[in-house]
Amino acid sequence: MSARSELRIMRGREWSRPVRAARREVLSATPELEEGRPPLLFVPGFGHGAWAFAEHWLGHAASRGFPAYAMSLRGHGASEPAPEASLRAYAHDVVQVAAGLPRQAVLVGHGAGALVVAHALARYPARSAVLVAPVFGGWGVLGAALRRNPSGTLPAVFGGPLRLSRGQLFSRELPDAEARRHIARLGRAGRRAQWALLGEPEAEPAVGAPPVLVLGSPDDRVVPTSTLNRVARRYGSAPLLFPGMGHDLMLDARWAEPIDAILDWLEKEPAAH
Amino acid sequence: MSTSTDHGRPDPEATPSALSRDGRPVSDRGDTICVIGAGASGLTAIKNLREHGFGVDCYERETGVGGAWNWRHDRSPVYASTHLLSSKPFTQFPDFPMPDSWPDYPHHSQLLSYFERYADHFDLRSHIWFGTEVIRVEPAAGERWDVTTRSTGGYGPERTSQYAAVVVANGHNWSPKLPRYEGLEQFRGEIMHASSYKDPAQLRGKRVLVVGAGNTGCDIAVEAAQQASRCWHSTRRGYWYAPKYVLGRPADQVNDSLLALRVPLRVRQWLYHWTLRLTVGDLTRFGLPRPDHRVYETHPIANSQLVYYVGHGAIGPVPDVARFHPYAVELTDGREIDPELVIFATGYLPRFEFLDASVFGDSAGVGRPTLWLNAFTPGHPTLAVAGLVQPDSGLFTLSHWQMVLFARLLQARRDRPDRAAAFAQRVRDRAGERYSAQVKESSRHWFEVGHADYLRAVQRALHDLEGK
Ligand SMILES: Cc1cc2nc3c(=O)[nH]c(=O)nc-3n(C[C@H](O)[C@H](O)[C@H](O)COP(=O)(O)OP(=O)(O)OC[C@H]3O[C@@H](n4cnc5c(N)ncnc54)[C@H](O)[C@@H]3O)c2cc1C
Ligand SMILES: NC(=O)c1ccc[n+]([C@@H]2O[C@H](COP(=O)([O-])OP(=O)(O)OC[C@H]3O[C@@H](n4cnc5c(N)ncnc54)[C@H](OP(=O)(O)O)[C@@H]3O)[C@@H](O)[C@H]2O)c1
Repeated sequence: MSARSELRIMRGREWSRPVRAARREVLSATPELEEGRPPLLFVPGFGHGAWAFAEHWLGHAASRGFPAYAMSLRGHGASEPAPEASLRAYAHDVVQVAAGLPRQAVLVGHGAGALVVAHALARYPARSAVLVAPVFGGWGVLGAALRRNPSGTLPAVFGGPLRLSRGQLFSRELPDAEARRHIARLGRAGRRAQWALLGEPEAEPAVGAPPVLVLGSPDDRVVPTSTLNRVARRYGSAPLLFPGMGHDLMLDARWAEPIDAILDWLEKEPAAH
Repeated sequence: MSTSTDHGRPDPEATPSALSRDGRPVSDRGDTICVIGAGASGLTAIKNLREHGFGVDCYERETGVGGAWNWRHDRSPVYASTHLLSSKPFTQFPDFPMPDSWPDYPHHSQLLSYFERYADHFDLRSHIWFGTEVIRVEPAAGERWDVTTRSTGGYGPERTSQYAAVVVANGHNWSPKLPRYEGLEQFRGEIMHASSYKDPAQLRGKRVLVVGAGNTGCDIAVEAAQQASRCWHSTRRGYWYAPKYVLGRPADQVNDSLLALRVPLRVRQWLYHWTLRLTVGDLTRFGLPRPDHRVYETHPIANSQLVYYVGHGAIGPVPDVARFHPYAVELTDGREIDPELVIFATGYLPRFEFLDASVFGDSAGVGRPTLWLNAFTPGHPTLAVAGLVQPDSGLFTLSHWQMVLFARLLQARRDRPDRAAAFAQRVRDRAGERYSAQVKESSRHWFEVGHADYLRAVQRALHDLEGK
């Protein structure tokens, strides 16, 4: 009830200072037969692009009958460069793509993309949402990152790029060559958006009360299990856990397990209404 | 895109369970809510009520969605050149943005496609009965409503269904307001109301008089300036003609930057005068009358071209019409002009032909209900009106929040009757409240609202309904 009364109707700043338009990359895989399932929109985290989902999850979701889309936030993948992008601009990108899909979409955010999705949920009534290894920011996450990967993390604190390491992203099961290939594709998020991970106010409550699933790995070196629990509690549930996997669940060796769990949940999930 | 009438429709053919007051069978629709009209306001009513868990039957007399914005509809007031007046951020639904690739002020055909996409995206069409007109809405026992419908145009039998609540979303820009003039019947030229004006070809090569300077009158005068052989523009007062862009941005976005900072009205008025002075200057030198009111005291006109064409001499400003002669029109300053075509862009009047005026506290029966937040009726907690606002900005955002508030009120009636009762009391106490700065007295201004004042009031109402 309390979350509801935070609903914000007056949005003077958003109205008078609309986010600048930007060209966005959207990849898709649609099932051969339209089965009336809701479209999924995958939102990659900072540094990642639509490619991260195109690797396995897009095709897999389509093979199970879900029209699947993956986007690159501005400044990522093949979307338009946007070094000054803010968290708000990223959320705007997600809402734009979601509203452009033929039917009410399920938003799936990974890493900091989950935080972007949480903000987008306040501006678009998703059918439901899935937060995969959510990076919701705060000093705890920064502390963990500094401990595990000081040289990759420290520059980001001063506005430089954040460089995630193989050990943070993948389990040892993933062949080295593959891990290297993925890491070579990593880009970086806008400086303002990176800083937002430290100080930005919490997302406004989701509109339309969508069911939200949180999942991750207890062996994720970026997102501690305590964070998974905290985020899941915020949405009134407990996280689904996939032991032995790294932060990038969609690219890691056992990528099929989490996506199957998501699709199973969507098949069973009570509709948002 | 589809406008067909045979989309998977709901079936209000529930078992007849009661009889109406005059003995007709009434099918009981249980907890379902009836929405009248599938224009922008009706669509957002369906979407938000469904989102809050309610079943909805919507009746739409036309065969497609979009209401006024669907140019195929016989009552659509849009003409070929209609573009939005408020820029995108103020016009779109707050949870379904218009595409980034669209211009600041989209065209009416884009608006129609926007509403069609909204309907498809949220799967609203399956709740709409197209080609079905609501002809009577009567209060029934238990704060329920008997709604009588028939096929548009009067064909087929009447059907009455009983609903838990009703949303009236029938629009207010379809019933023309036509002033009466001495001698009008004898006039030999052509006369029409702006609602029948569709295309500039209707003006080509003619001597045209346009009456009224709402946004419609101004748009038509601008088109006449380019197409007609002569154009007079008659207004009964002077106005402030605001450009669509100032200081490098859409004008409403600049204005809202000031509103967000809570810059007082007087200061905003002064700033406005100052920007005018920097651009077009004093309009009375063109023969336009001096406004009899300050900026923001009449419904805003957003038109960058009117003053431009007056400056070209292509629009001749004239005062109010005094009377008509067979071959001439006499103006209040005694002058006579000889138009072949007179277009009355004198606006529209709200009408609720299916509802007894007393339900709305509209004692004079002139389409001026006494409501709180322009939406809620004293003594009828299960009735709401959507979109009966004339905002200084886009209307759809306002309709959206009205319907979120109504949906939450209906939830409160079920879960928190004490809060619903307190809300009903506020409706009784505050019906008739206004949400704009002072405005000029005119038939079009009684439901004028400032979007910021209005939305703040809705926000407070939501908090009072749900706060601790
Ligand atoms: C030329 C023009 C330009 C405008 N430009 C803007 C603008 O830029 N921005 C803005 O916000 N507003 C604008 N407006 C105001 C316009 O009224 C609203 O944009 C909008 O159309 C209101 O939506 P609505 O759903 O409330 O009403 P409508 O669009 O009128 O829809 C009402 C629907 O109800 C149906 N209906 C009516 N009676 C019955 C019945 N008895 N039974 C069943 N169905 C019924 C009608 O067929 C219609 O589909 C403009 C108006 C005009 C005339
Ligand atoms: N998006 C767009 O491009 C667009 C275009 C057109 C209209 N609209 C909107 O549609 C709505 C209706 O607009 P509208 O222009 O059709 O109507 P309107 O705003 O009601 O304007 C009617 C005009 O006619 C005048 N008038 C009324 N009765 C008169 C009488 N008896 N004698 C002489 N003059 C008379 C009014 O003068 P007073 O000043 O005395 O009232 C006013 O100037 C408005 O909300 C408007 O903003 C939008």
